[in-house]
Amino acid sequence: MIDSLALAIVAPLLGAVVVTLFPRHAQRLGVAAAVVSAAAALAITAVVWTDGVLRSELGGWGVPLAITLQADGLSAALLGMASLVALSVSVYAGGYFSSPQDGERLADDSRSRHFWPLWLLLWSALNGLFLAGDLFNLYVTLELLGLSAAALGALTGSREAVEANLRYLLVGLLGSLFYLLGVALIYTAYGVLDIGLLAEVIAPGPVAATAMALMFGGLLLKAALFPMHFWLPPAHANAPAPVSAVLSALVVKAAFYLVLRLWLDLYGPITPLGAANLLGLLGAAAVLWGSWRALRAERLKLLAAYSTVAQMGYLFIGFPLIAATAAGPARDNLIAAIVLLALTHGFAKAGFFLAAGMVQKTAGHDRIDNLGGAAQGLPAAAFTIGLAGVALIGLPPSGTFIAKWILLEQSLILGLWWWVLVMMIGTLLAVGYVFRVLSRAFNREPTPYRFVNDARAEIPALLLGALSALVLGLAAQPLWTLLGQGVIG
Amino acid sequence: MTRFVSLVLLPLGLAAIGVVLIWTFYLAATGEAGARLADLALARVPETGVSNPVTSVLLNYRAYDTLLELAVLLAALLGIWSLGPAAPGFQRGGEILQGMVDWFVPLLILAAGYMLWVGAYAPGGAFQAGALLGSAGVMLALAGYPSAGLPSERLLRLLSILGILAFCLVGLVLMVLGLGFLTYPPELAKWLILLIETGATLAIGVTLAAAYLGGRPDHTSEVDAP
Amino acid sequence: MISTQLFYGGGGILLLLLGLWSFLVHAPLLRKLIALNVMGAGVFHILVATAYRGLDTPPDPVPHALVLTGIVVAVSATALALAFGQRLDRDDDR
Repeated sequence: MIDSLALAIVAPLLGAVVVTLFPRHAQRLGVAAAVVSAAAALAITAVVWTDGVLRSELGGWGVPLAITLQADGLSAALLGMASLVALSVSVYAGGYFSSPQDGERLADDSRSRHFWPLWLLLWSALNGLFLAGDLFNLYVTLELLGLSAAALGALTGSREAVEANLRYLLVGLLGSLFYLLGVALIYTAYGVLDIGLLAEVIAPGPVAATAMALMFGGLLLKAALFPMHFWLPPAHANAPAPVSAVLSALVVKAAFYLVLRLWLDLYGPITPLGAANLLGLLGAAAVLWGSWRALRAERLKLLAAYSTVAQMGYLFIGFPLIAATAAGPARDNLIAAIVLLALTHGFAKAGFFLAAGMVQKTAGHDRIDNLGGAAQGLPAAAFTIGLAGVALIGLPPSGTFIAKWILLEQSLILGLWWWVLVMMIGTLLAVGYVFRVLSRAFNREPTPYRFVNDARAEIPALLLGALSALVLGLAAQPLWTLLGQGVIG
Repeated sequence: MTRFVSLVLLPLGLAAIGVVLIWTFYLAATGEAGARLADLALARVPETGVSNPVTSVLLNYRAYDTLLELAVLLAALLGIWSLGPAAPGFQRGGEILQGMVDWFVPLLILAAGYMLWVGAYAPGGAFQAGALLGSAGVMLALAGYPSAGLPSERLLRLLSILGILAFCLVGLVLMVLGLGFLTYPPELAKWLILLIETGATLAIGVTLAAAYLGGRPDHTSEVDAP
Repeated sequence: MISTQLFYGGGGILLLLLGLWSFLVHAPLLRKLIALNVMGAGVFHILVATAYRGLDTPPDPVPHALVLTGIVVAVSATALALAFGQRLDRDDDR
C-alpha cells in the first residue's frame, strides 16, 4: 500500500535531508529531488481528478486520534499549480545560483548550498499544508513554511533583504500565535482537531466566532491582506528572484488557501454576512492600494510585489459574493472562479519574477525607467513579462479573464455594483503598470539574433507565462471537474 | 500622542480583547460539546508501545506532527547557517569553571540518556533529552570551547538530520510493508519509537548547541572537542 | 475544577496580552522576541489549562504533546530571529 499523500510530503523532506548531507552536490541532488517531488504531487492531482477524494489516517489510529491527510479537488488544484511552479523555479534556480552575480563568484556557490535544503523544506511545508486535515498540524506546517521562507528571502544577503525578512519572520510568528490561540479555543470547546469532525459539531456562537477571528486574523496577516500587507513588498522585492517567485506565487497563496478551506469546510455556514463583507472590503482596499503603488513603483520587482498585494485582494472580494449566493451552480462557479484566479496568479507572478530576475542579472539593476532595450537583449524575458501581464490584467484568453467575468457577472446579478467598480478600477490600474514596464522594455534597438539565450532560465519562465495567459484560460473546464471532487457540485 | 496610544488606547483595546477571550474560554471550558479526545487517547495508551501518555501522543498518535517539528528545527539551523559564520567564541574560562564544566558535561550526557529511556513510561523523552544535550553544548561554548563540543561539519550535518531520517525511513519502510506511513506494528512499536527518539535526541541536541553558536561552522577551528 | 482551569487559562490570556502589548509598543528586536515568547507561553498556558480535568482524573495528554511541539517550534523561531539580529549587528559594525 503506497500512501501517495504521505509520499508527496516525504519526498521533498528527504530531498532536503540528502542535500543537507551532501552540500557539495546540492545543485544536482536538489534538481533530482525537485523532479521526484513534483511527480509525487502531480500524481495526487491526477488521481483525485479521476478517482475522487483521497484520505489517509496516519498511524492507523482512526480519526479523532490520528492526523489525517486529505486531498480533495481544492487541495489537488493548488498542489498541481504549486508543483509546476516549484519545478520551474527549481530548474531556473539551478542556473541562477551557479552563474556569477555582481562580480562575486565565491558567494554564489555558498548561496546555492543554502538555497537547496531550505527550498526543499519549504516545498514539503507547502505540500503538507495543502494536504493537512488537522488544525494543529496546519500550525506546524505554517511555522515550517514561515521559517524557511524568511531564511530563503534573506539569501541575497543585502541589508534591506535581511531587515525585510526579519520583519516578515516576526509578523509570521505573530500570525501563527493568533492561529494557535484559535486552535486552543476550538480544542477547549470541542475536544477535536480534525477539520472533518469539527465541521460536524461546530455551532454558531461566541466561541466559534472568537476562534474564527483569531485564526483568520493570523492567516490574513500571513496572506498580506490590506492593511496587513506592509511587510510583503520589501520582503518579496529584495529576495533572490527564484525565491521571490515562490514567496509571491505560493507562500502567500498558502495562507489564502487555508482561509478558503476553513471558510468552505467550517465557517461559511455559521458566519454572518458581515464577516464576509469585511473580508471583501479589505480585499477591495488591497486591489486599489496595491495597484496604485505598483503603478508608482520604481523597481520592477517592487512593482511585482505590490501587484501581488492587489491580486490577493481580488481573491478576498470573492468571499462576500460566495456568502451572498445561495448554494447551487452560481455559487460553485464563484468558488471555481476564485480558485482559477489564485492558480492563474500563481503561474503569472512566478513567471514575472523569474523574468525580472533575468533582467536584473543582465542589466545589473531593475529600475523600470532604465530598462530601455531590455526586450531586444532579453526577448524571452520581455515576452514572459508580456504573457504574465496578460494574466495580471485579465485579458482574454487568460484564466483571470474568465474568473473576473464570473465575479463581475455574479456581482451584477446580486446588485452589488461596488465590487464591479473596484474590479474595473483595479483592472485599469493593472493595464497601467503592465504597459509601463512593456513600453520601457521596447525601444528602437537592433533586432536580436536569438530568441532564447539561456534556455535553463528562460524556458521555465516562458512556460509559466504561457500557462497563465493561454492554457488556464482556454482549458479551464478541467478545473471545474477537479473541484467537483468534494468541493463543488 | 504616540505615548497616549501606547499607554492608554492600546491597553484599553487589549483589555477589551482580554475580556472577550476570558469569556469565550469560560464558555468553551464549561460547554460540553462532542466527545473529548482525552479518554480515547488514554484508553489506547497500552497499544502504543510506551506507557507515558504524552509520549504516546508525540511519537505514535501524532508522530507526523513531531516529524514536521524536527523539520522546523532543521529549517532554523539551516537558516542560521545561511546568515553567516559564527561569532568568535568566548574566552577560555578559569580553572574552577573548567573543572566544573568537566564534571557537568558528562553528567548532562548521562542525564540525557536517562531522560530518553525514561520517556517511555514517565515524563521525559526525546525533547527533554535533546535539551539536556544542547545545554551541555551551551556550557562548553560558554567555557570557551569555540565549537561547543560539536563534531566536524560533515558529522554535524549527519547528526542534525538524524531525527528526520529515522522518522522518514521507518515511515517509508512500514508503508512499503503495507502497514501505512508511520503505522507501527504493536509488537515492534516500543523499539521503533526508541530508535526514532534516539535519532531525534541527537538531532535536537546538536541543533540547539549549533544554533547557540549562531552561525555556520568555521572550518579553521575544528579540533578542540573536550 | 472549572475555577482552577479558569485561573490558569486567565493567567495565560493575561500573559498573551502583556506580550502582545510589548510586541506592538517596543521596537528593539530583543524586546519583540521576548514579547513573542511571553505570548507563546500564554497560549501554552491555555492549552495546559485545557488539559486539566480535576485532581482525580488523569490530564488530557493531547494538549501536553501540542505544547511540547509548540515549545520546540518557538525555540527554533527564536533562534533564527536572533541570528537575523546578529547578522544586522555585524553589518552595522562594518
